[in-house]
Amino acid sequence: MLTRKIEVLVGLFLLSGFTAFLVLVFNVANVEVKTGNSSYTLYAKFSNIGGLKVRSPVKVGGVVVGRVSAITLDTSELVPIVELSMDKEFNQFPETSSLSILTSGLLGEQFLGLTPGFMDEDIAMLVDGDRIDDTHSALVLEDLIGQFLYSTSSKD
Amino acid sequence: MNMTNQLASLGRLTIDFVVGLGRAGLMLWGAIARKPRIKGFPLFVRQLYIVGVQSMVLIFVSGLFIGMVLALQGYNILVGFGTEESLGPMVALSLLRELGPVVTALLFAGRAGSALTAEIGLMKSTEQLSSLEMMAIDPLRQIIAPRFWAGVVSLPMLALIFTAVGIYGGHVVGVEWKGIDSGSFWSILQASVEWREDIVNCIIKSLVFAVVVTWIALYRGYRVIPNPEGISKATTQTVVQSSLAVLALDFLLTAVMFGR
Repeated sequence: MLTRKIEVLVGLFLLSGFTAFLVLVFNVANVEVKTGNSSYTLYAKFSNIGGLKVRSPVKVGGVVVGRVSAITLDTSELVPIVELSMDKEFNQFPETSSLSILTSGLLGEQFLGLTPGFMDEDIAMLVDGDRIDDTHSALVLEDLIGQFLYSTSSKD
Repeated sequence: MNMTNQLASLGRLTIDFVVGLGRAGLMLWGAIARKPRIKGFPLFVRQLYIVGVQSMVLIFVSGLFIGMVLALQGYNILVGFGTEESLGPMVALSLLRELGPVVTALLFAGRAGSALTAEIGLMKSTEQLSSLEMMAIDPLRQIIAPRFWAGVVSLPMLALIFTAVGIYGGHVVGVEWKGIDSGSFWSILQASVEWREDIVNCIIKSLVFAVVVTWIALYRGYRVIPNPEGISKATTQTVVQSSLAVLALDFLLTAVMFGR
């Protein structure tokens, strides 16, 4: 009935389909195999988040230590609240750390830069559910241009 | 009078369409809603060879060229903004989200769908299907079911191969020819492609297309008017209808998946 050649070729076909899947998953999407819930949550309040999106990275000196997991609006103060899901591996940030919204390149994606603060005996580490108070909002190009125009016209 | 005639023809068209949908549904139900048999497995493997393996060269070559063309066109635009490193995500995302599933399904309709229709149509018109029934062999299980499953299994495979080859085609043009830094090509690509958002949706899309294209091809062959003209018409209808169905469904799926 079935020739050996057909069986071998069908096997090769399925194998190459599976290889393509693996290449896409591990080489293109770069899925990191993680077990369980190995992250802790931090909150931060900004006055303007610019183009920050859910899943934008949180970086310390360029190293990704977490991602933005949710963006909501504080209904009483009407400012954005950003929820960060931080990798458990990096949990040694002091409470004095600050967050700023940065842009990679001039036109690139926006991300959160975490600057570790000073450490002292009476300063605790950030733990699950903590809030970072020292935040710097996004640099909005339109605002900058507006300020620039305003300052040049007031000089005249 | 003329008005009523037109109204009647519209009504007839609608009734024909609904009846056809019902018949196609019954055919599919009769073919796949049964307990699978071990005896049917060699039939399935044989169809997998005809439907899947024989389409591979076409998919491989078109994937390579489409990836290369995408990279070349994208490079020309992106270099104007000085962001030619973003070529990687551009090629990968357009292949994963749209071109991979859609172009593969269109090629599949032309390459395998038309062949399925012609084969089953000829079986029908030479009364091989009736002969099977006389020997108490259900043609739906013996003929339709293995072809249907082969189509459903092989189209997502082909779409994945198409996409992977296309991304490497884009890499060849972008990195080897245009001189984009290989490291930034891959790292920006990896940072922007999501497992759930892009790859799972790519597979869902191509599964839907696989069911639709194979179903249309099989139904057109199964309900063929048994003469040469009928077979040629059915083959054409398979390609036209499945292409239209794929493109329309693609818009709907994209709206559901990425339209938020």
